[in-house]
Amino acid sequence: MAPGTLSTFLKRGAIWGFIVLELIFFTVAGHLLAVGEKTFMDLDNLLLLFKQSAPIGIIAMGMTIVMVNGNIDLSVGATYALSAVVLLDAMTWPIFGGLGDWVIPVACLLALLTGLFLGAINGIIVWKTGVDAFIVTLGAMLGYRGLVFMYNGEQPTSHLNWTLVDFAEAQFLGLHTATWFLLLVTVAMWFLMNRTVHGRNAYAIGDNREAAVNAGIKVGPHMMINFMIIGFLAALSAVVFYAESGSVNPNDGSLYELWVITAVVLGGTKLAGGSGSIIGTFGGVLAIQLLRKGLSHIGADTSTVNLVIGLILIAVLLLDRQLNVKGKGELKT
Amino acid sequence: MTGQSPVLRLEGIVKTFPGVRALDGVSLSILPGEVHALMGENGAGKSTLMKVLGGIHQPDEGTIYVGEEPVVMSGPLEAKAKGIMFIHQELSLAGELSVAENIYLGELPRKRFGLVDWVDLERKTNDSLSRLKVGFNARTRVGDLSIANQQMVEIARALTVDAKAVIFDEPTASLTDAEKVVLFEVIADLQSQGVGIAYISHRMEEIFRITDRISVLRDGQYRGTVNTSETDEESVTQMMIGRKLDLSRLASHHELGDVALEVRGLCCGDLFEDVSFSVRSGEVVGFYGLVGAGRTEIAETLFGLREPSAGTILLNGEELRIASPADAIARGISLVPEDRKTQGLVLGMNCRDNMTLPQISDLKAGPFVAEGAEVAIFDQYRDKLDIRTPGWKQMVGNLSGGNQQKIVIAKWLSMHPNVLIVDEPTRGIDVGSKSEIHNLIRDLAAHGYAVIVISSEMPEVLHVSDRIVAMYSGRVMRTFTSEEVTEDTLIQAISGLTPGQAA
Repeated sequence: MAPGTLSTFLKRGAIWGFIVLELIFFTVAGHLLAVGEKTFMDLDNLLLLFKQSAPIGIIAMGMTIVMVNGNIDLSVGATYALSAVVLLDAMTWPIFGGLGDWVIPVACLLALLTGLFLGAINGIIVWKTGVDAFIVTLGAMLGYRGLVFMYNGEQPTSHLNWTLVDFAEAQFLGLHTATWFLLLVTVAMWFLMNRTVHGRNAYAIGDNREAAVNAGIKVGPHMMINFMIIGFLAALSAVVFYAESGSVNPNDGSLYELWVITAVVLGGTKLAGGSGSIIGTFGGVLAIQLLRKGLSHIGADTSTVNLVIGLILIAVLLLDRQLNVKGKGELKT
Repeated sequence: MTGQSPVLRLEGIVKTFPGVRALDGVSLSILPGEVHALMGENGAGKSTLMKVLGGIHQPDEGTIYVGEEPVVMSGPLEAKAKGIMFIHQELSLAGELSVAENIYLGELPRKRFGLVDWVDLERKTNDSLSRLKVGFNARTRVGDLSIANQQMVEIARALTVDAKAVIFDEPTASLTDAEKVVLFEVIADLQSQGVGIAYISHRMEEIFRITDRISVLRDGQYRGTVNTSETDEESVTQMMIGRKLDLSRLASHHELGDVALEVRGLCCGDLFEDVSFSVRSGEVVGFYGLVGAGRTEIAETLFGLREPSAGTILLNGEELRIASPADAIARGISLVPEDRKTQGLVLGMNCRDNMTLPQISDLKAGPFVAEGAEVAIFDQYRDKLDIRTPGWKQMVGNLSGGNQQKIVIAKWLSMHPNVLIVDEPTRGIDVGSKSEIHNLIRDLAAHGYAVIVISSEMPEVLHVSDRIVAMYSGRVMRTFTSEEVTEDTLIQAISGLTPGQAA
């Protein structure tokens, strides 16, 4: 084995090792503590876990390409909420009254367009003004959330369409609709990032922006497209989730940006850009969802869950730093 | 060569940046099949000119002709499409991507739907790489390559298109001799195909070996073109700096003191090994070698920025371990770093605050910073080093390079060090300030400081040093005294040719 292979392997495989570790831990701990009747590794339980990963997971796929590109998007939670409002409210609009169940695709399309549009706003501001994406999307996060509240005040927006609920609750080959969407998005984004020119250019821009500019890559449009992708995926995530729940609170989706970023970082994407993978992010999403479910399985409450996830995130980044040290000759900082 | 029409011609190019006239009416023509050297000091406008040619900057005035027709190039891809390739220094690569992706950065071969044609990409890349005789392939991650190999990746870009003109920006700065030979073969090959080559380098011996004509820039102005065969180093230098360069050593006769710093068998990973030397107070020791020879890393180790893996450091005869820069400063070792703008100064802070930065926690009046004491320190060193600034409130970022460097030096002098390490003291500094800095270094030695000067410029090392340590790939090849050193022996030593007497 060549030197460095082990640490590379550890880094690449770390997230999956962590997932296995979680599975073992929660199974054993579940038995020892003799909470619930079911075991943690129950098939239904795991299928549910996939389904529950979908809302965060779908957005995380978009966040991966945005972060690889060297940007970040903090407005995804608000975009998610606003798209959900559009989705549910559009189904009650009188102009669509005559459509019957055909209102569903129309409403979905409107919601997705909303996400695309909000993402485009972020993208064009980052592109044209050169303001840091962190600041731009921080503003957007507050602004878009403001729009949600302006729409319906503090009231939840509700509309249940049973055809849509049936679709959302359907299982195909044993997997829920939401899970299928997550898998589909994962495959599509993997393809985009590894097989298309746009995806490879996104890596180049995040890695060495000056080199990309020197090579004639048009940095701005690539960044804008990525912001539109994440906006679209935030909306898609809302469509998948609210198809089933049918009611959106104006505060829904807050802190989603932080969960998403946590998952992406756990999956090995660098905050500085240029490095990261969709498969890693998929692992990160599963790891977080496992942790949330597992901790509640052994009887921990929400606050404990947050504490533990926070600690694990820091521990993982520390570990990553250790693995990346190139030896004793390394420059101290 | 006369009678041929140039592949690339510039006429009256003017480029201004806020506050600077970087190019002032430069005209230049590159003939097919010639290697045309572009020379000038740092800041003379070479890079700007090349960026104009490469489509990265647009000129404010003047015209570029490719062949016979005037062109406007709005970006690097357009320049490339017109057959002008720009080979950057090694920094223009994305480390996480593969060699192939870097070579074709910006124009990856496509299949339908914007998909990357990986098969085509790999085949084309391996074709180019085989001509360069390198030991890596298209799939290697660029970040895993050595600096020299990264430069070879950059050079491979020249072979990917049917270029009319290729611009090499200091391609040999980080290459070893074996790779240089390959590069020169590539250049000769391009030449025989009638490609015009613009070649930027600071190394005279290369210029005289491979170029046909030399054009010189000074302060953004075109100083003329000469045929390489009809000129010599001295007259080219004279064109570059406007006067004869004084290569003699700055003689200042003073007594040398005791050994201030001694290093025995110092190693640091694979950066350098078994480095031994000593510096006496009142002495200037120059470190000369190629980029990557480990000189800067030694300085960083002495300053506590790197942990040595073996060896001892003795300060005034006393063995010690330097754990951090704070430790080094407390023991009287100071480092004027290589890149003053990012490592040596806080550009957004004023002159006074930059100067007192390392000792600010000691300059207190009660709980507050003692402004008076700070200004006193500033005044003292401004007069001593002749720093030209409107006042201490001036932002350091607005000063000239020479004055910035003096601020960095003043910062350390005010800490009263025993050992002063100066890394590339005159990089990016104009000629006039250069000699001032050189005089200052000699002067400091005369006042009893032990000074280590690291430099990549041979005239500078020869000029200021009492002794010269020649390094090659992490090893001390030889230590010269100023009496015995000649340019030839020094070049041999840093190329690893004669492992003469060990230091």
